[in-house]
Amino acid sequence: MTCFTLDGAPVAFSPGQTVAAALVAHGVYAWRTTRFNGRPRGVYCGIGVCFDCLLTIDGRDDERACLTLAKDGMDVRTQAAAR
Amino acid sequence: MRVVIIGAGIVGAASAMYAARAGLEVVILDRGPIGSGTTSRGEGNILVSDKAPGPELDLALASRRLWTDLGQRLDGDGIELDAKGGIVVASSPDALRVLHEFALDQRAAGVRADETDPAGLAELEPQLSTSLPGGVYYPQDMQVQPVLAAHAFIADAIAHGARMVRDELAGAELRADGSLRAISCASGIRIEADAAVNAAGTWGGQVAQRLGGPIEVLPRRGFVLVTGPLPPTVRHKVYSADYVSNVASSDMGLETSCVVESTRGGTVLIGASRERVGFDGTMQPHVVAALARQAIAIFPTLRTAKLMRVYRGFRPYCPDHLPVVGPDPRVRGVLHACGHEGAGIGLAPATGALIAAHLTGQPVDGIDPVNHRALLPDRLLVQEMS
Repeated sequence: MTCFTLDGAPVAFSPGQTVAAALVAHGVYAWRTTRFNGRPRGVYCGIGVCFDCLLTIDGRDDERACLTLAKDGMDVRTQAAAR
Repeated sequence: MRVVIIGAGIVGAASAMYAARAGLEVVILDRGPIGSGTTSRGEGNILVSDKAPGPELDLALASRRLWTDLGQRLDGDGIELDAKGGIVVASSPDALRVLHEFALDQRAAGVRADETDPAGLAELEPQLSTSLPGGVYYPQDMQVQPVLAAHAFIADAIAHGARMVRDELAGAELRADGSLRAISCASGIRIEADAAVNAAGTWGGQVAQRLGGPIEVLPRRGFVLVTGPLPPTVRHKVYSADYVSNVASSDMGLETSCVVESTRGGTVLIGASRERVGFDGTMQPHVVAALARQAIAIFPTLRTAKLMRVYRGFRPYCPDHLPVVGPDPRVRGVLHACGHEGAGIGLAPATGALIAAHLTGQPVDGIDPVNHRALLPDRLLVQEMS
């Protein structure tokens, strides 16, 4: 089975899925919070426009989960609320 | 008296608000949504810092006073009105000398402009490049979210009896004595009106033509880069001293001078390019690259920021760099309020009050037409004849 980790916890995915698709399929709908009110955010537009689904992927900040293809062993982390 | 305001951008919205508050019957006409033209393509500049003494600075200082009043009367926080101040930085000792001379003239005209050395800059903007020789701090500069402001102005106008019609101006119908009787729209409807205000911004030339009082307004393209939300990086409106000379120039070719500021949402906006290429909206990667390079030279930490998007718009450019505000001497009942180039957001309240003053024949909120005669359309017509 192919897996990446979200903050260290394994998330299984099917080849060809984006990180966002895999997270939603895994039951994770929100992985970021808003700047002022701390409200939950996940996939909104799903096509790379809104920048709501940002994650740190393999050490790179501000990657869009909806545009990033999931890869085996990927280290995916949620970002600080300041972003 | 019924007045039709053509254009629901920030200038039309402000004109509608002041006219409705002055007791006039106001109809706002636009073919698109509120603020969908150049109003939504800028950075929300309310600047006195980039203006040399003269008629535009007079209007800018008056407008800044009105913005402050509006921030209290409307929901200032809701329109993201922020008196954050501006900083103009020089990239060389020569540029700094020119900037200091410019600031000296501005101070004589009533602008607060504080010469700031590198230590002072570092205190105002901790992430600013340390290699800059100095700058000038302009505490009166402000920022606003222009589309929210246009909506708030129109809501205020509607609360004072104005109504909005979604249609495109087709033409004007005149009485036998040559004064305006009505305007007609593309859908076929006709609206009787004693006055029509051309607040069509960059499309003001076409609207003026259809109203029978042609004036020249040309598009001047600009790009704005938007970063992803960042931790606090830029506190003021920060721009390079080259911006002032670029704004004042009439060159057709590409000019870039960086303007950097944060928005409430945490994004950083990076402008400003100027080109006269008609209404060509194609993406220009070399312009984007030039703007990004200049911004990084001022704020090195932006090097690692990601660009979220780039947008572009067309400033309404008048050949003499002054807006056209006031009655058209050729068609009684037609007034112009356009051609503000890149300063339309900042100048909107004073322009709107000035239009209401022209319509009612008396000063509105302290704005008196006798103090703003240099903006009248007459000057353009004199040039035509010569």
